[in-house]
Amino acid sequence: MAGVAVEDKKTALRVALTGNDAAAEAFRQVNPDVAAVFPITPQTELMHKFSEFVANGKVSTTLVNVESEHSAMSAVVGSQAAGARSFTATSAAGFALMWEVVYIASGLRLPCVMVVVNRALNAPLNIHCDHTDTMGGRDAGWIQLFSENAQEAYDNVIQAFRIAEHSDVILPTMVTLDGFILSHTQETLELIEDEAVKNFVGEYKPEHYLLNAKEPMTLGCIDLQDWLFEHKRANIEATAKSPQVIRDVAKEFEGISGRSYGLIEAYKTEDAEVVAVALGSTAGTLKETVDVAREKGQKVGAIKIRSYRPFPAEEIIAALSKAKAVAVMDRSIAYGLGGGPVFHEIRSAAYEAGMNIPMVSFVYGIGGRDIAIDHCAGMFDQMQEVASSGKVGVRDRYLNLRD
Amino acid sequence: MKIKQGSTWRDVPIGGAVLETGTSMEYKTGTWRSQRPVWDAEKCIQCSACWMQCPDMAIKLDEEGKIAGIDYDYCKGCGLCAKVCPPKAGAIVMKLESEGK
Repeated sequence: MAGVAVEDKKTALRVALTGNDAAAEAFRQVNPDVAAVFPITPQTELMHKFSEFVANGKVSTTLVNVESEHSAMSAVVGSQAAGARSFTATSAAGFALMWEVVYIASGLRLPCVMVVVNRALNAPLNIHCDHTDTMGGRDAGWIQLFSENAQEAYDNVIQAFRIAEHSDVILPTMVTLDGFILSHTQETLELIEDEAVKNFVGEYKPEHYLLNAKEPMTLGCIDLQDWLFEHKRANIEATAKSPQVIRDVAKEFEGISGRSYGLIEAYKTEDAEVVAVALGSTAGTLKETVDVAREKGQKVGAIKIRSYRPFPAEEIIAALSKAKAVAVMDRSIAYGLGGGPVFHEIRSAAYEAGMNIPMVSFVYGIGGRDIAIDHCAGMFDQMQEVASSGKVGVRDRYLNLRD
Repeated sequence: MKIKQGSTWRDVPIGGAVLETGTSMEYKTGTWRSQRPVWDAEKCIQCSACWMQCPDMAIKLDEEGKIAGIDYDYCKGCGLCAKVCPPKAGAIVMKLESEGK
């Protein structure tokens, strides 16, 4: 079926774009009602590009230049609540400054969309990629989709609106892409024609919104001990329903793009004795390494987590069915806990599944530190020992660290 | 969808939205109270100072506009009424919620 879709897709445009420009292109095609804009490296070029679209009349979006990221998210919350499809984009310190309002967006159940171009949080000063920023937002009640490359950033942005606005979900949705590695690197990708994206995303028709004169309503009123707990429980339910929506939207998206997506991508895991897990651009490097390692005779596989929230525990566990050892790659640090957050979540999922195999945490790429095939191959070499001995040894390990 | 007695998290409008108007009347803020004002009709001199000062319109009036007691559905127990009640009258005193009933 995917093959047919590709055949039919005669008007698909193959272009070279940076990750930022690819995401901006997706926003142009979606043509949201409101965009709130504030620059921060490495996201700046994304909204810069989108501002061009606004200035040149390519979109009918109202662009709001705000004075901070706190205001950016506040503007998005306000306009989305009013009934307008809204989005913004940010990175690192900008995301951190939004903090308070990030929770308000999910608490008020506003299906806005935000791109976070992943970057380290200072200090010492660093503008390069790691996942520390968005890992901090993993309990903020948003859907979080990670992108492996510019194509996925583009595809995820388009799907994000459908996922966020689905009546079973109605939650804000975040698309992340790795700062500089994806945001500033040109790749070839396929764009879908404007009309197809427009039809796919459809019109935004919220059930309730503040500017509906026929239904006066109040949003954001006091909740306190009386009902906040119940409202948060309802958010848990919406998040629990989101995996199916993400799958359904992906299936429909495949029809217009020929590209298929799931919550995870399992790469050569069927017979893999060692499986490594990664998010974002590193997943590409990792899959490449799997091919190299398999040529050496190592039975290895890779899992890419696309949907980090909701966390696809079942899918990950299923892909680990033959694994004797698991390496979890984290581009952020869980201080005081050891390793990184993804490691602990996968180990927790394994415990629940009654799986007792050695798992090792590999923290890597902090502050944009290089992660190449050699580093991933070294990791697989280390994991061969873990798999054959059945012992974890040193649990918290680091890749490409001066040690 | 309206929150009522027996509603659970399954029934609440998402995001804490309130989809009707005039709902303040339905929110019985009296549950916040730790102390309650107790009004003595015999001692009251009908000066209406409590009625003017009450921030929650929780001083009840009768049909003639005379002070008729406290509306415990909305009284948050701030004690302003007892404070402004003329000392010679002393018609409103604050008591612990547990003792005042």
